[in-house]
Amino acid sequence: MFDLSSVTGWIHGWLSGIMPSWLATTTECVLVALFLLIAYSVLAMIYIMYERWVCGWIQCRRGPIRVGPGGSLQIFADVFKILTKEIITLWSTDKFLFFLAPFLVVLASVLTFACLPWGKGFQVIDFNIGVFFIIAVSSIGVLGILLAGWSSNSKYTLIGAMRSGAQMISYELSVGISILTVVCLAGTMSITGLVEAQADGWFLFKGHLPAVVAFIIYIIAANAENNRGPFDLPEAEHELTAGYHTEYSGIHYGLFYLAEYLNLFVVSGIASLLFLGGWMPLHIPGWEGFNAVMDYIPSTLWFLGKAFFMTFIFMWIRWSFPRVRIDQMLALEWRYLMPIGLVNLVVMAVVVTQGWYF
Amino acid sequence: MDLSVFGIESTTMVVTAALTAVTLVAGALIIAFLVGPRSYTDMKGEPYECGIPTRGESMAQFHVGYYLFAILFLMFDVETVFLFPWATLCRELGSGALLAVGTFLVILVLGLAYAWKKGALRWK
Repeated sequence: MFDLSSVTGWIHGWLSGIMPSWLATTTECVLVALFLLIAYSVLAMIYIMYERWVCGWIQCRRGPIRVGPGGSLQIFADVFKILTKEIITLWSTDKFLFFLAPFLVVLASVLTFACLPWGKGFQVIDFNIGVFFIIAVSSIGVLGILLAGWSSNSKYTLIGAMRSGAQMISYELSVGISILTVVCLAGTMSITGLVEAQADGWFLFKGHLPAVVAFIIYIIAANAENNRGPFDLPEAEHELTAGYHTEYSGIHYGLFYLAEYLNLFVVSGIASLLFLGGWMPLHIPGWEGFNAVMDYIPSTLWFLGKAFFMTFIFMWIRWSFPRVRIDQMLALEWRYLMPIGLVNLVVMAVVVTQGWYF
Repeated sequence: MDLSVFGIESTTMVVTAALTAVTLVAGALIIAFLVGPRSYTDMKGEPYECGIPTRGESMAQFHVGYYLFAILFLMFDVETVFLFPWATLCRELGSGALLAVGTFLVILVLGLAYAWKKGALRWK
């Protein structure tokens, strides 16, 4: 299977040959930063179009069709429009916090984005506490949203931010517990380690029932943590206009939108990392020919394919279910998902200590 | 040592990614400031309302309906942090550690059950 570390190793050798080592390291950091910047923007654009097409398809509409072939250039028109709009700041806002908020939201999504396993030998941030780091930095986003709502000095944004905060901190627990269940099965927190542990079988199939339950809990909780789907109360437009970003305009608002879609990609990527084997190809024990064919598909394609598939499930949920009320939303988390998640964790621990997995 | 792509330490990469995020936001805002139109009117600076002027201060005292949820969140979040090291070594530690962690979980779940019974999990 193609290993990207051979390419990066060659670039590293070539750069170290022509310049001092600190300059080589800096150049490599700039390369990685460029990759992150381009991948971030391009994926956000793809995702916005993807959502509109899937939404149109599910609701028996046609979606965007006018600009470019099949509406494919619509997103460029949107980006151009949003970039050339005026950035309005109200006289009553707390200017510093108002401008700080989008930085925090984008920072959280870029840091989690960089943790994803992009392919064999291509891992931008690879701590031995990888998934723990992901949980930690994704919490920064809540701060950004609360600050955005508070500093705008408008009642809609305040209520939207408070709801968003309640929802995100509640569902963060369930995400944490389902990740904990997988860590229990894998015996490692490192992202490379998690992917490599799934070489002979994805955790969804390896972990029997507890892994499937954890997967379902993860899907529900991640959907809610992203303020999407049936859990989009923070931006319930008929009561709160646009929630915490009501007072943001132009690209300022666009950055929140960007981070929201990238967070969708990040949670899909983490779902594929934890349950569907990251960039590992699908192997069925005993089918040698099939496995060999699967190995020919590049690892990055595997990862992106799984992430897009998971995104499709998230979108499917979003466009299928009506919005829940806030008391239902909190009851779902605290009375159902949390206790089920804890019991599921204990079941998984029993399965692991008794050696009932394969 | 947590080496990432190019064999650079992951800590450096965290800084790189954070700088990328800052550059992205700052770049987008600067472009918008340069090319966007600008106009000043009194009404434009008003917070959004349904047609009437906003009454009173918006950064006012606000009933945080989920204060108790925040406390419970803190409790269970710290619990998750405690459980991570055990979960990583779950296979090696065996059933003894499982029993200990089980006791720990039972105590916590008793706390949750108490909060539930007291009605703290009801949205007011």
